[in-house]
Amino acid sequence: MQIWLDELRGDVSWLGNLPAGLVYTLGIVIACKIVLVYASLLAGETVWLERRISGRMQARIGPNRVGPQGLLQFLADGVKLLAKEDIIPATADRPVFILAPIIVFVGAFAAFAVIPFGDGIVAADMNLGLFVVLSLTSIEVVGIIMAGWASNSKWAVLGAMREVAQMISYEIPLGLSALGIVLLAGTMNLSDIARQQEGAIWNWYVFRGPFAFASFFVFFTAALAALKRAPFDLPEAESELVAGFHTEYTGFRFAVFFLAEYSAMILFSILTAVLFLGGWSPGFPVDLDSGIARWIGALILFIKTILLLSVMIWIRWSLPRFRIDRVMYLCYKVLLPISVVCVVGLAVQVLVAIEWLGLEHAVGGWLGGK
Amino acid sequence: MTTVLFVVFGGSALASALLAVTRKNPVASAIWLVGMFFGLAGVYVVLEAYFVAAVQVLVYAGAIMVLFLFVIMLLDLRSKQLDLEASPRMPILGVCAAVLFVVVSGMALMDAHDAGIFPDAAERATLVLDGSPEAIGADLFGRWLLAFEVTSLLLLGGILGAVILTKRRLT
Repeated sequence: MQIWLDELRGDVSWLGNLPAGLVYTLGIVIACKIVLVYASLLAGETVWLERRISGRMQARIGPNRVGPQGLLQFLADGVKLLAKEDIIPATADRPVFILAPIIVFVGAFAAFAVIPFGDGIVAADMNLGLFVVLSLTSIEVVGIIMAGWASNSKWAVLGAMREVAQMISYEIPLGLSALGIVLLAGTMNLSDIARQQEGAIWNWYVFRGPFAFASFFVFFTAALAALKRAPFDLPEAESELVAGFHTEYTGFRFAVFFLAEYSAMILFSILTAVLFLGGWSPGFPVDLDSGIARWIGALILFIKTILLLSVMIWIRWSLPRFRIDRVMYLCYKVLLPISVVCVVGLAVQVLVAIEWLGLEHAVGGWLGGK
Repeated sequence: MTTVLFVVFGGSALASALLAVTRKNPVASAIWLVGMFFGLAGVYVVLEAYFVAAVQVLVYAGAIMVLFLFVIMLLDLRSKQLDLEASPRMPILGVCAAVLFVVVSGMALMDAHDAGIFPDAAERATLVLDGSPEAIGADLFGRWLLAFEVTSLLLLGGILGAVILTKRRLT
């Protein structure tokens, strides 16, 4: 980002005359706006994708009227939700009720700022990228518990409590399985992690030994639970809790929750692709560094993201819902031990690669390097 | 620029902290405390301690505050808010705590001053600030390993206490 802006300041004379700090600030604000619009559009289309796939799985058609193949359905839905009456329950805690969807939205969207969409296509290329994503997504929980409490409704409170218990618990295996990849990569910069996986398909982190392979499945499962996707959608279990924490929300406030949910799905899909599935690498050695080739890399990452999203949707419409105690059991007695073993195993793997095999770093570690 | 940002974040942290201790509704207090944690995270960012800032958001604003809110909601403290003011010992305890805080933080600041942690302007220019996870990790698991282990023992004690309190019968 800074390099781009420096080049831009060199090329455009009036930008060069402005103070550097101002240009950087403006550049970052504009980049974040672009990312925000992109993520919202993609979230809208994911809703369409989900409805079409679920339609197919249930032997019906799904929305296909608005735009080609129903692609613009989300716009029609958005207009419908905007036009609806905005109800705030009389017994609700007004300021908290209003603030809650905003916080959830911020939590889901802010993390996109550090997510790389391709080589060098990232709003803020931070060294702490992965860590920032995990910490920003944890803000969402605060918004959800506020929404549940402020609604002053038993469904909302029960849903929020389930959601919070679930998210806080699953953050642990999620973080631990990501930590294993940080050990392998030696960095938390998401662009660097993706760059290390360029080349042949066995450079992808998911194929770097048994522990990394197991970490991938732990990460994806924990992500599903943290995203409250079926079979972990207890917080919104329609048959028992109406709609969980957003039962009392109507119109656009509801739409904001909905958007945040789908954008978090996209966020974790990109994150899984970048951490484990090679980022923008197509799986064979190819030079994607130069100008236009970058966008081809971005397209490859995009395709991987869509595939992961489809897997999430596929799982949702195939599996029945868990019981809440089984959800907790799976987290603390299955995923957590596996992820701890994986972290220790990967640490040993990196140590062996550095100390005994004399590899400079575990980059390419166990199974040969670039 | 740095000073302006510091004033903005520090000021918002102070204001939120003040609001947190003056609200009567415990949930409102807890939400203002979240705001305070975010202000503090902003201050860390201004100090270029990005890792600490991210940890602040992840651990305090995320996990710990949610547990706070959880407990408040489960215990339904809203009905008991007036009882808190009834105790006559409260002012005395408050004064004691304030005196203790001033003494401890004053001594810590004096120690820091004697150790030369506050550099003058010339020193500050040459000072290399390293808030990277590598530097923090090396310090934490090298120089401060003993303190780290003692803290983890303390936390283990807390966990054991919680288990004993919630389990009625230990058989």
